[in-house]
Amino acid sequence: MNFYAVRAIFYFEMARTWRTIAQSIASPVISTTLYFVVFGSAIGSRISEIDGISYGSFIVPGLIMLSILTESISNASFGIYFPKFTGTIYEILSAPISYVEILLGYVGAAATKSIILGMLILGTASLFVPLEIRHPFLMFFFLVLTAVTFSLFGFIIGVWADGFEKLQIIPMLIITPLTFLGGSFYSINMLPEFWQKVSLFNPVVYLISGFRWSFYEKSDIRLSVSLVMILVFLSVCIILVRWILKTGYRLKS
Amino acid sequence: MSTILSVKNLNKIYAGGFQALKNINLDIRKGEIFALLGPNGAGKTTLISAICGIVNPTSGQILVNDHDINENFRLTRTLIGLVPQELSVETFEPVWDTVNFSRGLFGMAPNRKHIESILKKLTLWDKRNNRIMTLSGGMKRRVMIAKALSHEPQLLFLDEPTAGVDVELRKDMWNQVKELKDMGVTIILTTHYIDEAEEMADRIGVINKGEIIVTENKRKLMQKFGRKKLTLDLNEPFNAIPDQLTRWDLSLNDDGTQMSYTYDSSKEDNGISELLAELSLAGISYKDVHTKQSSLEEIFIQLVHAS
Repeated sequence: MNFYAVRAIFYFEMARTWRTIAQSIASPVISTTLYFVVFGSAIGSRISEIDGISYGSFIVPGLIMLSILTESISNASFGIYFPKFTGTIYEILSAPISYVEILLGYVGAAATKSIILGMLILGTASLFVPLEIRHPFLMFFFLVLTAVTFSLFGFIIGVWADGFEKLQIIPMLIITPLTFLGGSFYSINMLPEFWQKVSLFNPVVYLISGFRWSFYEKSDIRLSVSLVMILVFLSVCIILVRWILKTGYRLKS
Repeated sequence: MSTILSVKNLNKIYAGGFQALKNINLDIRKGEIFALLGPNGAGKTTLISAICGIVNPTSGQILVNDHDINENFRLTRTLIGLVPQELSVETFEPVWDTVNFSRGLFGMAPNRKHIESILKKLTLWDKRNNRIMTLSGGMKRRVMIAKALSHEPQLLFLDEPTAGVDVELRKDMWNQVKELKDMGVTIILTTHYIDEAEEMADRIGVINKGEIIVTENKRKLMQKFGRKKLTLDLNEPFNAIPDQLTRWDLSLNDDGTQMSYTYDSSKEDNGISELLAELSLAGISYKDVHTKQSSLEEIFIQLVHAS
């Protein structure tokens, strides 16, 4: 195990976060706070409870997931895309470092940032709405699992992208709509039956539902199904990343 | 002298079908400076990239210190340092951080003294806290060398290290390369400045269209392929070479005051005595004689054109 290499990549990526703290941490925290102010306090006070939970509290898990998904993808994709863009990837490719170690460095750092961010948003949310976490360990487990899975997904996007536009296109055109339609702001039981069935094809529904269960023991989908779905997505990402690093797809010629 | 790098039957065909390397066989000896020369697109960078693990070879084998680079990638890559042709640096990072990052990446424990000594040798110490984006092109090139040296490699690839660097800095870098050699580092250098190779290299390799045309000790190469020119400063100018001397490979300069004879310096009988005797018989007198050996650049051009 090249411990020093993993540490070097991890610290390098974390240093980038602290250097760009306004963009990496402050911006998502502020925008999520605005969601709480608008949807939680202003509009939320006029919306009736969902599953016995006040609307402001109901949206907390979804909003945390929204940030975790977008930030995990953004951090991991940028982390690997930027060395490709500047050409410094030569150093990673020529270093005595295995595929697993590359992943531990890049994905580990991206997931760590997301987890920190998730906890910050959780802390911020507690200032605005009453919060109850019935299963804190499960909540943290979901947080870590989602951050790692979507950081892996971001890594794949970063390797695949050959321009800044492509780097943005999947998060903007696919992930954000899926998250908004994944039950962040509503329970999918509130949808007409047809759209409830359509929603089951949205993987984000399972993440938010499982995560919300860890807070309030209330969910749209059974907890076990949520867990299985996220593990399936994690496995798909691992298989894809393994193939990328083994073949050198878009990294080596 | 033992071999530190051995390339055997190496081929690289890119996805589009272009064959960048054709059956390359090359041995590099421990402690030498080997200059790999070739025109643009000859395959120099592809060869280096294949050795360093950046490009996947199509076939062939590469051994570093007798270890296969695929089977024992951790050991072999630790031994190699690379300064690529492109100025690829972490623009927003301070010099100190980026050099330490490279050391860690190659599996080495932090060593402040070693990094300090490299930065001082490369006159980067005063700039250690500066972001790389604020440095000049020459300084950025030095940062890349510092990064490559951070993990104490035994085999260093310098791919066009002095491209875009001013004359003074170039000379400085030549001295640093010589110092590295004195420290026992084996250096493989590619350059477009042939005088650089002539100045520094122990052995020369010429690559063209993906094939190694020649690898030879620099002195032997210059003897083998080099030609010499004997120039006579004439007392009286001539309009043309006199008829009785046409069998010789002679030429006149523009104003007819200098007559030159080009000959193969490696041959025992180069004809100089005979020519001088014939000049005397023809009544041609001269006030000075000088000779000039062909430069490595002239040999390089001759080899590339012939291949």
